[in-house]
Amino acid sequence: MAIANVRPDLASPDRRSPRGGARPRQNRRRWAYAGTVAIFLLPSLIPLLAFVIGPMISAAWTSLHEWNLIGDMKWVGFDNYAHLLSDPGTQQAFLHTVYYIVGYLPLVYVGGLSLALALNSKLKGRALLRGVYFLPVVTSWVVVALVWRWLLNPSVGVVNYVLGLVGIDGPGWWTDPAWSMPSIILASAWKDLGFVMVILLAGLQTINQDLYEAAEIDGAGWWRRLFSITMPMLSPSTFFVIVLSLINGFQVFDQVYVMTGGGPNNSSQVVVQQVYDLTFRYGQAGMASALSWLLFLVILVVTLVQFYGQKKWVNYA
Amino acid sequence: MRNPAGKTILYIAVSVGALVMIFPFIWTVVTSISPGASLTTTPELIPDNPSLAPYAELFQRVPFGQVIVNSLVIAVVSTVFQLITSSMAAYVFARMPFRGRGAIFLLYLATMMIPFQVLIVPLFVEMKSLGLINTYAGAILPTIASAFGVFLLRQAIGTVPYELDQAATLDGAGHFRVFFQIVLPLVRPALATLAVFGFLNTWNSFLWPLIILRDPLMQTLPVALASLQGQYSTQWDVLMAGSVISILPMFALYVFAQKYIVQGVAGTGLK
Repeated sequence: MAIANVRPDLASPDRRSPRGGARPRQNRRRWAYAGTVAIFLLPSLIPLLAFVIGPMISAAWTSLHEWNLIGDMKWVGFDNYAHLLSDPGTQQAFLHTVYYIVGYLPLVYVGGLSLALALNSKLKGRALLRGVYFLPVVTSWVVVALVWRWLLNPSVGVVNYVLGLVGIDGPGWWTDPAWSMPSIILASAWKDLGFVMVILLAGLQTINQDLYEAAEIDGAGWWRRLFSITMPMLSPSTFFVIVLSLINGFQVFDQVYVMTGGGPNNSSQVVVQQVYDLTFRYGQAGMASALSWLLFLVILVVTLVQFYGQKKWVNYA
Repeated sequence: MRNPAGKTILYIAVSVGALVMIFPFIWTVVTSISPGASLTTTPELIPDNPSLAPYAELFQRVPFGQVIVNSLVIAVVSTVFQLITSSMAAYVFARMPFRGRGAIFLLYLATMMIPFQVLIVPLFVEMKSLGLINTYAGAILPTIASAFGVFLLRQAIGTVPYELDQAATLDGAGHFRVFFQIVLPLVRPALATLAVFGFLNTWNSFLWPLIILRDPLMQTLPVALASLQGQYSTQWDVLMAGSVISILPMFALYVFAQKYIVQGVAGTGLK
């Protein structure tokens, strides 16, 4: 019976006989195979349907209603979407989110790339250094945000203390509306630097060293090699970092919630913080669902655009 | 970089950078053993009278022992489930062809692109109707299947030579035997990677536990820490004591599994 699994066509010659006996057995085997597939697949498929895909569809339905999580749902069609699109608060939240991404991505990419290049060369103790840079990645956002909230405390924080030592009067950081987003960006870049470094290091290690030797013989300098060999060969990793950073960037929440809660004066209110506030502070679940769907659509479009655009600059070996 | 001067500068730069990375951690630990640290304006790296009083106060203020247990239970259970469900699904996608399999795999991948925030409201309602608010089950269920895990392990199982399965099948082994005795032992590094990432994500996860676990006795570490900040915003020593406790297991896990983490990131085929 088991041998039949390998080559069913050879192992059961009776299958070829026109009638009688063969069909039921073949059917039984097919059902047994389907059963095995189901046993292996359902433990993950059911939770994904129940807790990801199902809720996703149900959120779309909720977004067409006015609902306070407790009472009856009231059909409002696309009113929630119309309201959100014209609501200055929502526009601000999207602007702040984009501000975050625009500040964060270059910082973390250039920083991560410099680190990856530095720690890919033969340095003593580079394993330890890589480890140190990766530490913030394994730490919870809440802890990181708490610590940074404190480091950036305008009066007793270490950062302003150090700035004071060199004669700079430090800003109000997260207590100042103009500096709340930069504070969040700074903490985020610090936390994610190690992750970007590791991805780029993995990419660097797949580059054929012969390319560099050939370039050197041709007289190419360090910068020339960086831009003519490293960057093009690294483009798949760069692409991955950018796609992931944008997906995560649009969803920025933990650090905002802990560091500023969206304040002061809504100066760091981002989209997900608004989804959270709408749901749990103002009891506007329909509106919150509509805003989450808007956010999802934005992320989807941004991600798709990148996948279409990658042919122009990403270089798969 | 061939010239020694350049190498020295590089060395100094990465070391200063490393100091910047590690400084907040040192600071956290120092503050957690300096009672009343919040009142000082001058940073002191060596505390005047170090003591564990902030830790004692922490456990007095919050049911911190319970909070640690909550975090552990939730992280361990969902990691174990993720390992089981992901490896089984990955086996199908790597080894058991059937019509429509490609479409189902795409569906799995698509779930990775859905931002969790879209799911908050319906998931909360779903859990409410199931009566799972303030329960471990409510916190764990949405995390027991991981599309990322399926993807990671499918790549890993893809590297196991087919001949091994076939040899076992000829010896009379069915799919279950092949899965447990041939495939699983050979993809142990990938399983370890998934275990580390799964544990890391659930241990550190914030938004879902914040929403589903409203009772202080059910809270996880990150949620308890965040609420501590609201209550005692000036008591940095107590806060930092809590932070140290939440970081420690991650550090231990990290030191233990460092090579798997780097391999895992590199091994998702996303180089």
